[in-house]
Amino acid sequence: MKILVAVKRVIDYNVQIRVKEDNTGVVTDNVKMSTNPPDDNAIEEAVKIKEAGKATEVIAVSVGEEKAQETVRKALAVGADKGILIKTDGVLEPLAVSKLLQKIVEKEKPDLVFMGKQAIDDDCNQTGQMLSALLNWPQATFASKIEIKDKKLEVTREIDEGLETIEIGIPAIVTCDLRLNEPRYASLPNIMKAKKKPIEQINASDLGVDTSPRIEHIKVEEPPKRKAGIKVSSVAELVQKLKNEAKVI
Amino acid sequence: MSVLLIAEHNNQDLKPFTLNAVTAASQMGDDLHALIIGQNCGNATKKLSELPLVKKVIQVEAPHYENFVAENFAPVILKLAENYSHIVCSANTFGKNLMPRIAASLDTSQVSDIIKVISQDTFLRPIYAGNAFATVKSKDSKKCITIRPTSFDPCEVSGGSAPIEKAEASEEFNHTKFIKREEIKSDRPELGTARVVVSGGRGMQSGDNFKLITSLADKLNAAIGASRAAVDAGYIGNDHQVGQTGKVVVPDLYIAVGISGAIQHLAGMKESKVIVAINKDGEAPIFSVADYGLEADLFDAVPQFLDELNKLNTIQK
Repeated sequence: MKILVAVKRVIDYNVQIRVKEDNTGVVTDNVKMSTNPPDDNAIEEAVKIKEAGKATEVIAVSVGEEKAQETVRKALAVGADKGILIKTDGVLEPLAVSKLLQKIVEKEKPDLVFMGKQAIDDDCNQTGQMLSALLNWPQATFASKIEIKDKKLEVTREIDEGLETIEIGIPAIVTCDLRLNEPRYASLPNIMKAKKKPIEQINASDLGVDTSPRIEHIKVEEPPKRKAGIKVSSVAELVQKLKNEAKVI
Repeated sequence: MSVLLIAEHNNQDLKPFTLNAVTAASQMGDDLHALIIGQNCGNATKKLSELPLVKKVIQVEAPHYENFVAENFAPVILKLAENYSHIVCSANTFGKNLMPRIAASLDTSQVSDIIKVISQDTFLRPIYAGNAFATVKSKDSKKCITIRPTSFDPCEVSGGSAPIEKAEASEEFNHTKFIKREEIKSDRPELGTARVVVSGGRGMQSGDNFKLITSLADKLNAAIGASRAAVDAGYIGNDHQVGQTGKVVVPDLYIAVGISGAIQHLAGMKESKVIVAINKDGEAPIFSVADYGLEADLFDAVPQFLDELNKLNTIQK
């Protein structure tokens, strides 16, 4: 069984986001970039399945600019066998990304495609479901547990009401939640080894997909700031303020 | 052209956020139709038809719709889509799972999680965990939109009498089978709609200590929230998680106990009207959004909080 894992390069989750002064976007120059956190869970799960002898190959794919190669390389360092970078200029919408991934799926013929449930930059939460629609494959979104049973997967999904379990046939798409597993750190020897693993580079424009934007970003602004509050010195003062000043209890 | 709202329900009742989604959808066009897909969902359908903003209800029933599997829902919606300029539903796990499947099939670039309708094609949405707001204009002829329910008021629930039309079911998608749903039943107010939310974080130190949160929530008739750290540590279930990848809440009063306030958590609660933070680390980022901050050990402060509340003659419910 072959597993394709899609990974995205995003601004590191610890970075305080700053909006550009001209309101065209957020500042990305000289800002620390990392793998989108739930994509790390997706890679980890694929590697674990391979280590359990249930998969033969894990391929990491990223869509992005040249530097997204680092994100693919990191996936190789934690256990993916080979990498693919689909090179693009600028930011693509999830619809375009899912169309590009569809081309890779047609070429590589994986049995499963894993990715994070949501990217923490645009917060869209679309790509996995869109790819699943384009391929007409089953989708298991927000997965917090995956069990492989023959040609099927039993997946526990995190939903607003609690947990839901579904069974999906292979081939399938799974989007991963942060609680699916604990992503490992790459060891130094594995980082060195990853440098020798192949990364195939493909220009997005060679895949015959229309990736032109359908959504115009008119402006990006700072959200309204909350006005600074006060520190209270005791619980009694807190309760008195909530009762008499804020009038919420 | 008309607007199609996909109702979220449990076959018996409409889910509360359907009302917020109706409000949002009505701002995209006057001719608002609501689609309900389910099994034995007559009661929920009736409630939908009573919403004054809804001009027509379309009901589709079949056994394979009982558990809201997106792969079964999508073909029904795609068949109806040609009549509509906008397809709308809530950006909760139901809508997040379903809408992109529809959008991709329609070759539409979805606009997720909007917090404001600026015009029929222009919307405001938070990005980067709410650390920036983007004004975006959809150039697709058909728009697929998910809305953040807490950013829109619930609509009126009575006085309407929209006609109910039945539409044909589509075939079952055979590669996805629902097995079970584990819902935690509770008498408490729902987290998404509660007037007061009491949340615990890593500072609680154990699942057992969450009893303190429960006692405070009982006293204030509040819902219980949690930070991702508390859920990851197994102190409480995932359905309580507030934040970028959990739920977004906008209560009148949010009490954060032992929560440091990572930006991912702030994304889910910083629009609350009044925020209280109780944390022993005076430098914790949660204090930057708190209206009332108390720098104290929560294991002393929460029992005192209960004592002080007990001294009050009345507490708002």
